[in-house]
Amino acid sequence: MKILVCISNVPDTTTKITFTNDNTEFNTAGVQYIVNPYDEIALARAIELTEGGKGTVTVINVGEAANDPTIRKALAIGADDAVRVNAAPRDAYFVAKQIAEYAKDKDFNVILTGRESIDYNGNQVAAMVGEFLDIPSVSIIKKLDIDGDSATIEREIEGGKEVLTVSGKFVASCAEGVAEPKIPNMRGIMSARTKPLSVVEAVAIDEVTKVTKYETPAPRGTVKLIPADQTEQLISLLHSEAKVI
Amino acid sequence: MSVLVYVEQAEGKFKKSVFEAVSYAKAIADQQSTSLTAISIGDVAESELKELGKYGAAKVLNVSADQLKSFVNQAYASVIAAAAEKEGAAIVVLSNSFSGKGLAPRIAVKLKAGLADGAVELPSTDGKFAIKKTAFSGKAFAITELTSANKVIALNPNAFGVKENTTDAVIENFSADIKQSDLGTVIKDIVRATDKVSLPDSELVVSAGRGLKGPENWGMIEELAGLLGAATACSKPVSDADWRPHSEHVGQTGIAISPNLYIAIGISGAIQHLAGVSSSKVIVVINKDPEAPFFKVADYGIVGDAFEVVPKLIEALKAHKG
Repeated sequence: MKILVCISNVPDTTTKITFTNDNTEFNTAGVQYIVNPYDEIALARAIELTEGGKGTVTVINVGEAANDPTIRKALAIGADDAVRVNAAPRDAYFVAKQIAEYAKDKDFNVILTGRESIDYNGNQVAAMVGEFLDIPSVSIIKKLDIDGDSATIEREIEGGKEVLTVSGKFVASCAEGVAEPKIPNMRGIMSARTKPLSVVEAVAIDEVTKVTKYETPAPRGTVKLIPADQTEQLISLLHSEAKVI
Repeated sequence: MSVLVYVEQAEGKFKKSVFEAVSYAKAIADQQSTSLTAISIGDVAESELKELGKYGAAKVLNVSADQLKSFVNQAYASVIAAAAEKEGAAIVVLSNSFSGKGLAPRIAVKLKAGLADGAVELPSTDGKFAIKKTAFSGKAFAITELTSANKVIALNPNAFGVKENTTDAVIENFSADIKQSDLGTVIKDIVRATDKVSLPDSELVVSAGRGLKGPENWGMIEELAGLLGAATACSKPVSDADWRPHSEHVGQTGIAISPNLYIAIGISGAIQHLAGVSSSKVIVVINKDPEAPFFKVADYGIVGDAFEVVPKLIEALKAHKG
C-alpha cells in the first residue's frame, strides 16, 4: 500500500499572530514553524497502516526551501520519503492542484491530509485533490481502517457521526481520533537526514483567490467581575444587559 | 443569472444554519440585483421546501433521485455544479457545516471558482468581491478576494443570522446525470446523539476544563447546559485525557465556534483555547484563579471555585426561569 500524506508548514500553536505592511502580510519575525498538528495525525495513521513492510509513506509539501526542516521532521516521525513542490503556496486551490499533478501517475492507494491547516483553516485541500483526480474524498474523519481494497471510515457530522465505506483510491482529511501523533525518536531523527527529499517544480494555474488584508479580532472591554455568591446577578446581566438568555 | 444556495437537509428537515445561509445568499443576490435559487437534494416535503421562500429563495430546485437520498459529496457536487451552470449562477453559497466542508471544495474545482470558506460577512461591494473569513484558528481574519469569475462561499454558522424576507418560492424538480464513479462512498450508518444540542450550531455553549478534576464531575455542567438549552464543550487537556469525547474539544486544534454565549468553567484560557472561542459574542469565565488569562478576554467573570459557583448558578437559573 502506498500512502501520500500532505503536510503544511504552519506557525507553532503558541504564536501570537501579528501582521506587517499595513496589515497585508503575516509577520513571520520570530515565528517557529511546525508540521500542521492535524497533518501529524494523518501521518501517524499512515505509518500505522504501513508498518511491518505493509507499505510506504511519502510526504508532500508545497512550499519553498525554508520548509525543509518541517519536511525532515515528518521524515523523522517515520515517513519513508518526501517531495517538495517548489512554490509559495498561494491558496488551497493552488496547493491541491500541485498535489494532484504530482500524484496523478504515482498510483497512491490513499492520500491523507489533516482536517485543516491551523493558519488558513480551509479544510479545502483534501476534497479539491479528490476532485482534481476524480476520486472520492471524505472530510473530517475520526477513524480509518483499511482492509485490502476497501476502507471503513467514520466522519464527524453535526451532533454525531457517519460510518461509510469506500473502495479503491480515495482522499481523506484526518481529525483527532484517527491516531495519536508520534514523537520522533533519536533513530528517526538520525535517519531523516539521509531519507530522500526530492524537489519538483510547480505547474502554472490561474489565480482564484487573493488575501487583500488581515484583521485581528476587536479587543473586548474590561471584564465585569461578579462576586461568587451573587450568581443571580450574572443571570440577570446575561438576560437584560447581554440579552443572550 | 442568479445566486445559487445549497440547502442541506438532515432527515428531511432544514436546520437554522440552512435558513441562515439562505438569508445570507439572499443579501448577496440583492447586492448583485438578481434573484436567489435554492437547491435541495434528498427527500424533503414540499411544505419544508416552501419554508425557504420565507428567507428569500424565489425558486427551489428539488433533486430527489434515488441514488442521492443520502449524502455523497462527489455526486452532490456534480449536481450542484450542473444546477449552477443551468441557472447561470456565478455565485454558489452553502453552510460551512461538516458536510459543506467536504462539498464546497469539490464544487469550487468543478466551477474553477475561488472558495471563501468560513465567511463571516457579506462580500465587499467596492468591485473587489472581498470576503472576511476566519484565519489563524480565530486569532485573525483574512479579507479574501475571489478573483475568479465563479465564486463559492461557505458561511460560518451564527455569523450572519436568520433574516426573514418572504417570497413565494416556486418549486421545480431538477435532475442531472450521475456517473457511477461519483457514488464511491457508501453510508453504512449514521449515529446521532439526539438528546444533545450540536456544538457547531449551538447559540449557547457551556464548556469546562481541567478545573473540574475528573469526568465524574460533569453532571453539573450537563445540568447547567440542559437548563440553558446549550451544547457542552471542553478544553484540549480534558479530551486528551478522555474525560470527554474529542468532538467536544474547542480550540485551535479542536473546533472553532462562535456562539452567542460561551461559559468557560475551570479553563485557564491558553492561547490555543482562546483561538477557538474568541469570536463568541459574549464570554463568561468562572475560575478560582483571578490571574487566569481567560479573564482578559471575558465579558463577565466570577472568581471562585467551580464546585461552589456552578451549583449556585444552577439555582439562580432555575429561579430566573421560575
